Amino acid sequence: MIVDYKDTLKMAGILIVSFCAVFVCTLFLNYNLDLAGIKGEITAPASQAVYDALVMSGKVISGVAGGCLLLTTVVLLCFYVGHYIDIHQKELGILKALGYSRIRIAGEFWTFGCCVLAGTGLGYLGAHLLMPTFYDIQNQEGLFAEMEIGFHPGLCLLLVLLPALFFSLLAIFYSYLKLKASPLALLRGKESEKVVKAGKETDLPFLQELKRSNARQRKSLIFFITFAVFCFSSMMQMSFSIDELASRMMTVMIISIGAVLACVTLFIASTSVIRANAKTITMMKVFGYRSMDCADAVLGGYRPWAYFGFALGSVYQYLLLKIMVSVVFADFEDVPEYHFDFPIMFLTLLCFVILYEGVMFFYGKRMEKMNLKEIMLE
Amino acid sequence: MIQIKNIHKFYGKGESRCEILKGLSFQIEEGDFVVILGASGSGKSTLLNIMSGLERPDEGEISYDQTMLEHMTDKELTEFRKKNIGFIFQQYYLLPNLNVDKNVKMGADLAGNKDYRKTITAVGLDKKRQKYPHELSGGEQQRVSIARALAKNPKVLYLDEPTGALDEETGRLVLDYISKLQKESGFTVIMVTHNQNIAEMADTVIRMNSGRIVETLHNARPKTAYEIAY
Repeated sequence: MIVDYKDTLKMAGILIVSFCAVFVCTLFLNYNLDLAGIKGEITAPASQAVYDALVMSGKVISGVAGGCLLLTTVVLLCFYVGHYIDIHQKELGILKALGYSRIRIAGEFWTFGCCVLAGTGLGYLGAHLLMPTFYDIQNQEGLFAEMEIGFHPGLCLLLVLLPALFFSLLAIFYSYLKLKASPLALLRGKESEKVVKAGKETDLPFLQELKRSNARQRKSLIFFITFAVFCFSSMMQMSFSIDELASRMMTVMIISIGAVLACVTLFIASTSVIRANAKTITMMKVFGYRSMDCADAVLGGYRPWAYFGFALGSVYQYLLLKIMVSVVFADFEDVPEYHFDFPIMFLTLLCFVILYEGVMFFYGKRMEKMNLKEIMLE
Repeated sequence: MIQIKNIHKFYGKGESRCEILKGLSFQIEEGDFVVILGASGSGKSTLLNIMSGLERPDEGEISYDQTMLEHMTDKELTEFRKKNIGFIFQQYYLLPNLNVDKNVKMGADLAGNKDYRKTITAVGLDKKRQKYPHELSGGEQQRVSIARALAKNPKVLYLDEPTGALDEETGRLVLDYISKLQKESGFTVIMVTHNQNIAEMADTVIRMNSGRIVETLHNARPKTAYEIAY
């Protein structure tokens, strides 16, 4: 087997993201389906309005959370598959040289879908464990007739099995595209193909030159870090801003999930940036560059993109909530007007700075203690 | 002068603990061309890493003109490497996203060497300054790595199997460059290799086996890269 199950274990990030996505969607969609079952019993106009609001909230939360997390999982999975191919390109090159077809090798990447299955399965299970409490709280409001938890096999298929199948196929498809390189190119290392030549000759100091070159060459990492910070910024701010628009339980749940996801994505992105640049940093240290200079030249190039991602995330979450409040809930009464929450933004920015710079600092320190030989042999 | 006293190095823990270097002592004079010769697993690369300050010994002393390495902090060791040491590796380790010019600049900037392009010319790559590592042959890449190491004006140049990945013709060319540049600049060369023939180019040959020095030879008339068998 080309891709070992152990390789998929490294994708804990995908497991967490898919867990959260399915957890939220199962909880709200299952409730919505059960709620639809008692629709005929609702007669009072007030109850009808609450019913409509609950159904709409469930759809919006499932749609926004599920959609956002689906996108995150797609990006994460593609990143992992690409990263796996990059670090195993020599072995894959040997297989291609030996005569294994591209589709035969790509087919082995289906195991990457296993961690999605684990995540969606656990998310579905987790949601069902929380459901009694969730239903009790809703029942205590006394607005509708007592609701029982229903089991909907369609939801299980839609949220657990189909995503796993989809992501297995995506892993196969994406790896098939990535394995387009010739056996020789894979054996030689694909770094050569990625090099983007500098436009004109410059005479900048080496450290500045390296910083510029990193920003120019490592576009996938730049995209990943920008996307991760975008997710962090939007999820954290949205989680806190939703406080006025949703029930207490919903708020706590969304904040918890938002915080976990935001931290996981950001952590994966930061560590990927550091790992991808480990050899360059090591070589610079061998030659006598100070750790601080290495970190600034190699990792500093990503910082502006990270902050750009943060700004983008802030705008995105504002627009999304604004649209949700003014368009989706336009017909509902007592929905407060939504304004951009500056204190929340600054708080999120502070959390981001601490987390991002903390991870960079921690890995910088860890790298100082790392055996140089160990890194060069990787 | 580089002085090595009773160096011991262990790898592993518990039952798998293994002594790689078993009490090595010797000294190297300034401007010497030294070859450390030994079979794979004899401990020669570990010795090179320790002598150059990349690794620390478990026991023993290393001094460069009375400067003791083993008491230095990591920061001090980095500063020491910056001022004194140049490296050439078998695998070149060039930065793939930078062209020849910028790769050499990596070494030159550390020494404030503005004339680093002369070093590129000296290794015969003047016309390939704008090329990227993947556009060069193995021999050319190794010459870039030589230029990078020399551009920082090192006092000691460490080479770990510099011709290990090269064919005979390119290997000779690379050795010839190193030898000529050493004679011109007078820096110390310490080269690790398993190729006995290359040892004939050295002033001093230290032969290692199983973590011990088994023989130290001095060549009265070192050969050139084109005189040795390959």
